[in-house]
Amino acid sequence: MNKLPIIIKREYLAKVRNKSFVIMTFLSPILMVGMIVLIAYLTKINDNEKRIIGIFNESDYFSNDFNTTESTSYVHFKDVTLQLAKDSTAKMGYYGLLHIPHEDELEKVADHSYFYTKEAPSTSVLDKLEDVFQARLRERRLQNMGVSSKEFAMMDKRYEINTETFGGEQNLKGINEIKAIIGGGFGYLIMMFIIIYGGFVMRSVIEEKTSRIIEVIISSVKPFQLMMGKIIGTSLAGITQFAIWIVSASILLMIAFAIFDIDPATLGDGANVPGIAGNMASPVPTPNQTIQAYAQELYKIPWAMLICFFVVYFILGYLIYSSIYAAIGAAVDNETDTQQFIFPIILPLMLAIYVGFFSVFSNPHGPIAVGFSLFPLTSPIVMLMRLPGGIGEGGVPVWELVTSLILLILTFLGIVWFAAKIYRVGILMYGKKPTYKELFKWIKY
Amino acid sequence: MDNILVTKEVTKQYGKHTALNGVSLEIPKNSIYGLLGPNGAGKTTLIRIINQITYPDKGEVYFDGELLKPKHISLIGYLPEERGLYKGMKVGEQALYLAQLKGLGKAEAKKRLKFWFDKFDIGDWWNKKVQELSKGMAQKIQFIVTILHEPKLLIFDEPFSGFDPINANIIKDEIIQLKENGTSIIFSTHRMESVEELCEYIALIHQSEKILDGKLSDIKKAYKNNMFKVGLHAQDVNALLNVISNKFNILEPVIDPLENQLDFTIQIPIEDSRDFLAYLASQSNIYQFSEIIPSANEIFIQSIQDKDANE
Repeated sequence: MNKLPIIIKREYLAKVRNKSFVIMTFLSPILMVGMIVLIAYLTKINDNEKRIIGIFNESDYFSNDFNTTESTSYVHFKDVTLQLAKDSTAKMGYYGLLHIPHEDELEKVADHSYFYTKEAPSTSVLDKLEDVFQARLRERRLQNMGVSSKEFAMMDKRYEINTETFGGEQNLKGINEIKAIIGGGFGYLIMMFIIIYGGFVMRSVIEEKTSRIIEVIISSVKPFQLMMGKIIGTSLAGITQFAIWIVSASILLMIAFAIFDIDPATLGDGANVPGIAGNMASPVPTPNQTIQAYAQELYKIPWAMLICFFVVYFILGYLIYSSIYAAIGAAVDNETDTQQFIFPIILPLMLAIYVGFFSVFSNPHGPIAVGFSLFPLTSPIVMLMRLPGGIGEGGVPVWELVTSLILLILTFLGIVWFAAKIYRVGILMYGKKPTYKELFKWIKY
Repeated sequence: MDNILVTKEVTKQYGKHTALNGVSLEIPKNSIYGLLGPNGAGKTTLIRIINQITYPDKGEVYFDGELLKPKHISLIGYLPEERGLYKGMKVGEQALYLAQLKGLGKAEAKKRLKFWFDKFDIGDWWNKKVQELSKGMAQKIQFIVTILHEPKLLIFDEPFSGFDPINANIIKDEIIQLKENGTSIIFSTHRMESVEELCEYIALIHQSEKILDGKLSDIKKAYKNNMFKVGLHAQDVNALLNVISNKFNILEPVIDPLENQLDFTIQIPIEDSRDFLAYLASQSNIYQFSEIIPSANEIFIQSIQDKDANE
C-alpha cells in the first residue's frame, strides 16, 4: 500500500487545524482589507478637510481668481491694514493669509505677494496659489510677446514619437513595464509562497525531531516519503490558505468599498502604472484611445501560456526550495540554529526579485535578464517576469525557455536528492549544531 | 528455520567512526533476546539496520530465512529509545495514523485500538491531545502502537525507561504474553539488570563488536566459578572463624556476635560441594548455603576484562 497519501493527509490536516494557521487564514484578509479601507478612508477625510484662506488683495488683479472650491474657501479682506488682516486670520484660525500688494505691474505684484501662515504651509496649498499666479503671468507675458492663447495652446502641444514593431504593430510606451509588473506579480507570489510555506515545512521537521516521533515514523516509511509527504501536504495547506485569502479579501474589499463609498479607481491601476499615470496627466489628445490601446495590449498577453508556465515554474521552484528547507530542519535541533542556513537560500530569492524589478523592467531581453532567467535558483521568478512578452519572436526565445526548464529540472533532481540525503541522516542526529562541512560528510553516510 | 533474524558480519561506518564491526547474531524464534551493552556500543545502529532505517556497509541481514527487504517492515514492531508523539495531535487519531503507516487498514486499526484501549483502561483518552498526557501515559500509547500490527518480531530499545514500577510491570506482563503467543522479542538496553530475568538469550556488544552471545543459562554456567555464599550459626563465632579459616581460604568474613552469625564466601576447588557441606555441618548450624551465579552485568564486566587482557 502506498503510504504517501496517508502522510500528505496528516500533514495537511495538522497544518489546517493548527490554531495559529486558522487565525492567520481568517484574520489576514480582514486586517489587509481593514488597512486598505483605513488608508482610503483617511485619504478621503484628508482631502475633505476644508481650508479657509484669507485674501487681502490690494492690487487690481486677481479679483475673480480666488473662488471657493470644495476643499478651499477664500475670505476676502477689504480696507484694512496688513497687520489687522494678519491678526484676524490668526485669530479666526484660518489656514493662512495671502497678501497681494498694490503695484502698477503684474510682475511686480507677483514679486511682492506673500503668503502668511502659522507654520510652514503644505505644498498642495502653495501649488494651488502658485498655479493662479502662474496662469496670469503666462497670459501677460504671452500678450507682451504678441502671442494669443490659442496659438500658445498649439505650441504647447505635447509630442510623442510613434513606435512600431517590425511586424507593424503599434508599440505603447510603458507596456514593457506593465508586462513585467504582471510577471513580477507572479514571481513575487512564488517568492512569498516559498518563504512562508518553506518555513512551515522546516518547522514541521524540527517539531518531529524535538518531539522524538521521527524514529517511530521512519521505521514504517522511507524518510524520502515522509519528506515529500510533508512538502506536498504543507503546500496544499498553503494553496488552501492562499485561495481563502484571495476570495475573502476580494469579497471583503467589495463590501467595504460599497459601505464606505470609496471609488476603487482612485486607488487602482492608474496610480501604480507609471505609463498610464503619466499620460493621463499631460494633455494627450485622446486619453480614452490610449487606455483602450493598453487594454488591447493587456488582452494580447498570452494569459493561458503564462498561467501554464507559472504553474510549472511554481511547482519546480517550490519543490527545490522547500526540500532545502526540509534538509535544514533536519540538520538542526531548534529554530534558533536555522539562521545561518536560511540566509543563503533567501539570498537568491531576493536577488531574483530585485534584479527582476530593476533589470527586466527596462530591458526584458538584456544579458542580465537572460542570465538570471536561466540560472535555476532565480529562473522561476525572473523568467515569469519576461514571459508576458510572449514566446518566440519579440518575446523570450524558445531555446532560452527550454534551457531554463531543463536546468530547473536537473537542479530539482539534484537538490531533492541532496536534501533527502541530509534529511535522512539529520533527523536521527540530536544535540549538535552541524557545520557545512559535516553536512557534506552526511551525504556519504 | 528456527531463527527469526540472522545478521552476518554486519559492518557500518559513519565517516571514520566504525559503529558496528562484523557483528553476527542469531535470534531464535519465539524467544526473548537481550541485546546488551553500554551506551554508544552500537546497539541502536544495529537495530536501525534491522528496521531498514539505515543500511549496512557490509554484511547481510536475514528475516525469517529471507534477505531483509522493505516488505518485512510491516512484520517488525519497533519502540525506539528516542520515542515521542505529535504533541498537538489527538491520541486516537495519532494511533490510527501510525497504525496505517504500518500497513493496517483504517477499520481494522480502529477495532484493534479499541480493544487495547479497553484492555489498558484508557478508552477515555481517545480524544485527548498528547500534550495533556503524562510521560508514562504517552509510553502506554507508544507501546500499543508498536504491537498493534501484530508483528512477528518486536524490538524494544530501553523499554522500561520512563515507566513507573507499576506500569513497567503491566508492560512486562504484556510482553511475556506476546512471547507466549509466538512473537519473538529483542530487548536492547544498557541496564542489564532490568531485563535479565526476562531474557533467554543475550548478546553483549562492546565498542562496535560482539563480545559474547548465546543462551543466558549456558553463559552463566560458563562464568560461574564454584563460589558459594555461606551463613553459619554458632555459640562462639570467633572460634569457628579461626577453625574454618585455618582449613579453607575464605573471603569477606563478616561476624555478627549479637546474633551469633558468621557469613563468608568461598570458592570450592571442585564441582562437588557435598564434602564441604558435610564438613560445615559437622562444625555448626548452616542457615545459608548458596552458589553465587554471576549477573549479566558481572559477566559483561568479566568478559570485557578478559578481552582486554587477551589483546
